[in-house]
Amino acid sequence: MDFELSDEQHRWQETVHEFCAREVRPLAAEMDERQEYNAAAVRKMGPLGLLGLNVPEQYGGAEIDAISAAIAIEELGWADGGTALSVSAHNGLACAPIALFGTEQQKVRWLPKLALGSEGLGSLALTEPGGGSDLMGGVQTRAELTNGEWIINGSKAWITNASVASQIVTLCRTDPGGGSRALSLIVVPVGSAGLHIHPAEKKMGVRASPTHALTFEKVRVPEDHLLGAPGDGIYQTLEVLDGGRVSIGALAVGLARSAAEEAIRYAKERRAFGEPLSQKQAIQWMIADAATEIEAARLLVYRAAWLKQAELPFTKEASIAKLFATEMAERVCRNAIQILGGYGYSAEYPVERIYRDARLMTIGEGTSEIQRLVIARRVLGIE
Amino acid sequence: MNIVVCVKQTTDTAATLSVVDGEASYGDAALVLNPWDEYAVEQALLTKEAEGGKVTALCLGPDSAEDALKQALAMGCDEAVLILDAVFESADTLVVSRALAAGIEKLDPPELVFFGKSAVDSDTGVMGPQVARRLGWPSLNLVAAIPELDASAKTITVERLLEEGRQIVSGRLPAVVSVVKEINEPRYPSFMGIRKASKAEIPRWSAADVGLSGQIQPALSWPEILAPEKSEAVCELIEGGDASEIARKLVDRLVEEKVI
Repeated sequence: MDFELSDEQHRWQETVHEFCAREVRPLAAEMDERQEYNAAAVRKMGPLGLLGLNVPEQYGGAEIDAISAAIAIEELGWADGGTALSVSAHNGLACAPIALFGTEQQKVRWLPKLALGSEGLGSLALTEPGGGSDLMGGVQTRAELTNGEWIINGSKAWITNASVASQIVTLCRTDPGGGSRALSLIVVPVGSAGLHIHPAEKKMGVRASPTHALTFEKVRVPEDHLLGAPGDGIYQTLEVLDGGRVSIGALAVGLARSAAEEAIRYAKERRAFGEPLSQKQAIQWMIADAATEIEAARLLVYRAAWLKQAELPFTKEASIAKLFATEMAERVCRNAIQILGGYGYSAEYPVERIYRDARLMTIGEGTSEIQRLVIARRVLGIE
Repeated sequence: MNIVVCVKQTTDTAATLSVVDGEASYGDAALVLNPWDEYAVEQALLTKEAEGGKVTALCLGPDSAEDALKQALAMGCDEAVLILDAVFESADTLVVSRALAAGIEKLDPPELVFFGKSAVDSDTGVMGPQVARRLGWPSLNLVAAIPELDASAKTITVERLLEEGRQIVSGRLPAVVSVVKEINEPRYPSFMGIRKASKAEIPRWSAADVGLSGQIQPALSWPEILAPEKSEAVCELIEGGDASEIARKLVDRLVEEKVI
């Protein structure tokens, strides 16, 4: 067992950290305030490899190992939760299914542009107004094959990146009969006639990441936009979500680290009753808890990533990492605000923003309740 | 076009210098690729992208300096060489320029050699010109733009950024060019570059490998290094009923302190 990052991973971490410190973090507060996507920073991410984490090198990607991907997303989370979420979703949810299940022709068609970000990011559309956690029963968006084209009708909700994407991988019902083989993933190009992307949702946090409702009104896409075989959709989705969960865990570690850094800095500077706050045991305990929990969460994230990289089962470990890291981030941010007191509650300091960003992490890409369900089923051996 | 970029490993710019036991010390500050050299590496890469050829990064330094070369490789340099020898431990700029020039002569003959304008630690700014002199090539330093480069006619025109303004100078290739930060925006290393750099085996050349033997005694030595005395700053607020009273009191204080 070895807990050291490799030379390559270490250098990658330094590079992404420096990039984030210069290009992403300084704009985080402004992007949150204006509810604006940091397009300038994302445009610079392509050449670094940050937009092709899961994309093989022959399709222009970085083909990064899972731990290096977690390292990158943690750094992005440290810099800006919203931007990190968009990049995480692009890589883990949109590029991943094409790289995993696409044919050679599909990969050549979509991946190089996605990995460079030249025409926009990727997006994955699963959730619908009627349900997110219950995809098998809840997905009503219908795709029917007619004369070599899929005709898609329906609506989606809470879709990250839709307005800044070039392709939306969409979970559709291809068999009205129901059951586990009724759903399929179909790649829908943005700009397709009949695809309506509604105005961005007004959200509590991750406001630099655009989220939209979508309506599909007789959207026609060629038959070969289907990923894998008809009916594979739910299995493909669950596999992709396992990877996405590791990524959200890493993002949450970054958020917590950022809030803790702010709290530590403040506790050393701020004086009360004749000494810095950092000399007060009540404050020291909160900081010790934050340091401990951040370390623990990162190890869980790395462990899940390591299993993924080794192509071993990692569904349970991904859920454990996401559950712990995201709930941990909420606790650490909550205490960071407590340490900063009134300033912590003010938008003048970053911790309230990070707290708002962290709140999403226990909801998106599988709620904490779904993670506990996944873990419990595996621990208890329930099918 | 063969291009060489000479780089140095320095401390991070946030590092503070102190005197420990008569030696200048940066403590355990992080070591990085000299920030000015990032612009030189970028310019070398841009030139290669426009003209074709290869970029070799050359560095003289200790064992740890391999890291600076790996950074240059991660940014996109094709090859790297580290000149490393115990005899260079007390080297001054004259010795280093001799070694770098000898190293350059051992490589495939380049048309262009790039330097950053100076290193952030010693900040002498003479390495580019010294190496040019040793090679007998034109020295074009403090370059902020290269409006013209003609590989077949072997000519180059540069804009030098001087205090008085921009000076346009033409020269012949091969030439040594030292660049200022206005010339470009250095790229970040890519993951693909990092992967390549991590696997790279960087050749190490000793003084003998580059053909140096007797000419490596430094002309410069540092017999004594002292930290400047700390000056204490005292802040005094001058108060008064209105602006003219405050101004009067301020003038009195300045006269009292013999400032005016």
